[in-house]
Order: sequence, then structure tokens, then C-alpha cells
Amino acid sequence: MIVRVETADFDAGREIAALRAGDPRVGAVASFIGTVRDVNDAAAVSTMTLEHYPGMTEKALAEIVTAARERFDILDALVIHRVGELKPTDQIVLVAVTSAHRADAFDACRFIMDYLKTRAPFWKKEVTAAGTRWVDARVSDDAAAARWEAKA
Amino acid sequence: MPDSSPPVAAVAITVRVVYLARLREAFGRAGESLAVAGNPPRVAAVLATLRARDGVWAQELAAGRAVRVAVNHDVVGGDTPIREGDEVALLPPVTGG
Repeated sequence: MIVRVETADFDAGREIAALRAGDPRVGAVASFIGTVRDVNDAAAVSTMTLEHYPGMTEKALAEIVTAARERFDILDALVIHRVGELKPTDQIVLVAVTSAHRADAFDACRFIMDYLKTRAPFWKKEVTAAGTRWVDARVSDDAAAARWEAKA
Repeated sequence: MPDSSPPVAAVAITVRVVYLARLREAFGRAGESLAVAGNPPRVAAVLATLRARDGVWAQELAAGRAVRVAVNHDVVGGDTPIREGDEVALLPPVTGG
């Protein structure tokens, strides 16, 4: 398991290659990359600052990955989340999962993202023409995570 | 208030309170040392102590506001007992990813 919180950008190809390197059990790799959009809630976003709660963040992400490993038949997983100042088109987060077959890789990748959105202590603050604002949590994100609880 | 139960001494402790993101800006500080009491002292006592300051504290921490509390990096409920030196963080709804 790899969990990193960092300001630097990441190279998804290199990270995924390292995750599955030398493991012939891997038959499927699923990944997700979240990026900064230029419009949120009908306002143009010029820059965004991502902050987190050091110490708790790494622990929360590790717990989410551990839950995914217990629930799905996966071989390994990687989460990289950036913090600091970002601008539209920048990469924010990378989740990658390896498994023998695709279904568990797809499901575990989505599970990790859904829980990351609702459990990991990150906060986005946007700069728009109207000023600076903290991004509101979305009800749809809670619903996405709750979907997994119903299936448990 | 009349109370027929035997008196029990409250325990006084000091915890480190941490304010994140929007709450840090609203309160104008990243954290503070806070004295709370109870038998045992619980998370709810921290919130009650802060709410009693009125103004922005009462507004941001009013019942129904979506504020989560983490003690030593684990999200917990208001009934959770806390101990001397614990780190009690107040978290607005998260928006990462």
C-alpha cells in the first residue's frame, strides 16, 4: 500500500508501473485521476488551494485502503493526493488498484475514491471573480459512499 | 438543580483544540489549549465550552451544523471521553478528491 500527500505533481504512468512491477499475479489495473475544473457551481475558478490535516490525513487514507483490501480481492493499491495551490487542468488525486481480474480492480478503485471524498480531511478553497470561497460538500458524495454501506 | 445522587468530583483537564479550514478562518486561530471538566470529560464538553463564547463560536458550532470531531486523528462522537493532552480537532465537511 502506498499513501502519499504532497505538493508536487505526479506521473501516473510511472506510479502505476511501479505499483504492478514484478508481480505476475496482476491481471488488471484500474486507476482514477481527479483534476481541477475551471467552473464550479457556475463560477469560473482561477486557482484553488487544497489544505489537509497532517497526521490524520495519512491515517484516514490508510484506513480506507485497508477497508478496500478487506472488501475486495485486490493485490495492492496506491493513493496520491496533492495539497497546496492548484489551477484548472492540474491533477489533484491518483488512485490505482491492482488485482487478478477487472471487477475487483474497478470496484476497489471506486470504493477508495468514494470514501476519500467523504472521510479524508482535505478542504478546497477556490478563488473566483467573486472572491475566495470554501467549497461546499456535496450531498451526492455522501450518497456515493453510502451506496457501499448498503451493499455491505 | 436538586440532585439526590452522591456528589462526584468533576475531573479538570487541558486538551489541544485544532481548527481546520473554514473554522480556522472563522475563529481567527489554528488552535488553542482549552480547559474542560467532566466526570469523565467528554467531547461534548469541548463543544459546549466553545459555544458558550457566543458570536461566531455559537454560530459555527450550533446544533445541526455539520462539524465532525476527531480525537487524536480518529473521528468520534460527542459521548467519547477525552484525556489530558488529547488533540481534539474540529473539521468542517471535507471536500477533497
